[in-house]
Amino acid sequence: MNYTITHLKQLESEAIYILRETAAQFEKPVMLFSGGKDSIVMAHLAKKAFWPAKVPFPLMHVDTGHNFPETMEYRDSFVEDMGAKLVVGSVQEAIDAGKIKEETGARASRNGLQTYVLLETLEEGGYDAAMGGGRRDEEKARAKERFFSHRNEFGEWDPKNQRPELWNIFNGRKHFGEHFRVFPLSNWTEMDVWQYILSEEIPLPSLYFSHERDCIIRDGVIMAVTDFLELLPEEKPEKMTVRFRTIGDATCTGANLSTAATLEDIIAEVAAARQTERGTRADDKRSETAMEDRKKAGYF
Amino acid sequence: MTDKTQLLEDTDGYLDMDLLRFTTAGSVDDGKSTLIGRLLYDSKSIFEDQLEAVETSSKARGDENVNLALLTDGLKAEREQGITIDVAYRYFATPRRKFIIADTPGHIQYTRNMVTGASTANLAILLIDARKGVIEQSCRHAFIADLLRIQHIVVCVNKMDLVDWSEEVYNNIVKTFREFSSRLQNIVEVTFIPASALLGDNIVDKSTNMPWYQGPTLLYHLESVYIGADENHVDARFPVQWVIRPHSDEWHDFRGFAGRVAGGVFKPGDEVQVMPSGFTSKIKGIHTMDKELEEAFAPMSCTITLEDEIDISRGDMIVKPNSPPEPSQDIDAMICWFSSEKTLSGRGKFMLRHTSKEVKAMVREVKYKVNINTLHKIEDDLEFKLNDIGRITLRTSAPINADSYKKNRITGSFVLIDEHTNETVAAGMIL
Repeated sequence: MNYTITHLKQLESEAIYILRETAAQFEKPVMLFSGGKDSIVMAHLAKKAFWPAKVPFPLMHVDTGHNFPETMEYRDSFVEDMGAKLVVGSVQEAIDAGKIKEETGARASRNGLQTYVLLETLEEGGYDAAMGGGRRDEEKARAKERFFSHRNEFGEWDPKNQRPELWNIFNGRKHFGEHFRVFPLSNWTEMDVWQYILSEEIPLPSLYFSHERDCIIRDGVIMAVTDFLELLPEEKPEKMTVRFRTIGDATCTGANLSTAATLEDIIAEVAAARQTERGTRADDKRSETAMEDRKKAGYF
Repeated sequence: MTDKTQLLEDTDGYLDMDLLRFTTAGSVDDGKSTLIGRLLYDSKSIFEDQLEAVETSSKARGDENVNLALLTDGLKAEREQGITIDVAYRYFATPRRKFIIADTPGHIQYTRNMVTGASTANLAILLIDARKGVIEQSCRHAFIADLLRIQHIVVCVNKMDLVDWSEEVYNNIVKTFREFSSRLQNIVEVTFIPASALLGDNIVDKSTNMPWYQGPTLLYHLESVYIGADENHVDARFPVQWVIRPHSDEWHDFRGFAGRVAGGVFKPGDEVQVMPSGFTSKIKGIHTMDKELEEAFAPMSCTITLEDEIDISRGDMIVKPNSPPEPSQDIDAMICWFSSEKTLSGRGKFMLRHTSKEVKAMVREVKYKVNINTLHKIEDDLEFKLNDIGRITLRTSAPINADSYKKNRITGSFVLIDEHTNETVAAGMIL
């Protein structure tokens, strides 16, 4: 008998292990859910980890108010199917209440404002661990992230002073007011996520599949024309056949020209891709260490 | 369905791929990051935008060639100082295998980083600069790999271009290393490869500069090395992480013990024993959301139900009565000390975390420290500082289900946590 399992099964087993550790080690964990493919896979794994019981923590969506409608529809039906509780942290409400100030101009993004709302929602709910779908292969600053990532009482990450993680022992001990970010998909790559979605037949929001919509090209990135995108005078919307490789705030998530209409097409496309999925994220292009800077401040 | 299966097979045989975790160790400037950059680059795992970003940064820094080290050194402080700070994880896949690399830097926290990277690795690549030969640090790296029970070692003799691709230089390094490694206990296999990471010789493509070398390239070896015997499939171990009680009509009486198999094979009907209570029962079922399993082995996550109502909670371990672990409050172990702020000495108190169990622990005796460059015992200075490795005995507040680390890496390992700072201050391997 050959006692081996495939690498996807190993990744699945590891993620389930992390999810159960999180439930066991923290008093009030919460799972961040954006409606993007990584958080969908993470939530799917959570169902598996606690089956036949329900998932013992709520989902949390940090809502920038700049959502693609498809994402919201998907979110609501997913949460209902799962029988989970949904907590929403609203960027719009924080702006209306004067707690944060919106960037202005055509390139304005609410991406940075999410950090404030995320930290505030975590604090209000008394959550001591927030699980996220971040992967180490996404971005170079994430390559040094831990599974159990400690945050101080200000929600900040100190990459130079992280706890060593050995074997499969995870240290979630903390002082009052501190919390943890937990990344069950740390060791997954984009290809792993897609292969897993295919093999598990997990339904996804339609944005991931090829469709026609009005777009503009800005700084080499294809942006969907939405109510939230302020057009520059020279920008003229055009119909394009596109799909999204990641789904974030509608004002800073770029699309790819693509005719990939099925999971099979997408996987073939990812396999042939010569750009990382974050190559279309305007938020990462602001500086060489844009992701690290945001993460230190408490971003996802 | 046939389309899907076909596709999974076509896209690099994804269904049959296994996983190899390896770690890389080397001294400052021996080209470790370049080697990893080369593996990623030549196996086409680097994307255009990543390469462009590295090219731009290299130019800005005034580097002559594209500095592939910048691919792994992502943090601001690392780029500023041109050093690697923390263990970085990197991923790539070939049609045969998926790889997880733990890239461990050789700076201030060198031992701490390497021990961390080595703890989950099946294989270690030790880099040796051909000009410098086997130096103290090479021995230290080999010692740590052995201590953490990595069974497969690749000694990559790098920068062969700078010694005129000399077979003699290479043979001398092989000989010196073998003399040293013969004193190590756990390493099953050592493979030597002469290479130039900078120029790409024997990394992915076979070198034309060293016709005298007939062995595999580094990538070929990584793809084909057999690691199937690394896990313990004999002594059954199932640390309980969480108890699943659905409280629903459909699953009214369901009481399942969730965890990940740490050793051996479990099957429905097997007689099992629960540690530390010692109660016995039979496995009623092994459950996952997808299906009921006929057998479960490491590293599978699953949920076990038993025939009898026994009180079991997190921290307990389900085992088989023919080879149970030894519940013990007296632990003899090798440790590696991680803290730069605190030191360890006799009577120090900590939290000890072993599988899913946490107990208090007190240092009873510091036996010795090891000079990891010479492997000599140090018995006159028994205070552990950052990066120190040595042997201690501990007394715990409650028994832990201890195995020797030699027998099982999961149930034979623990960490010590400082009760006041909550930092992980030491890694331990039970003797």
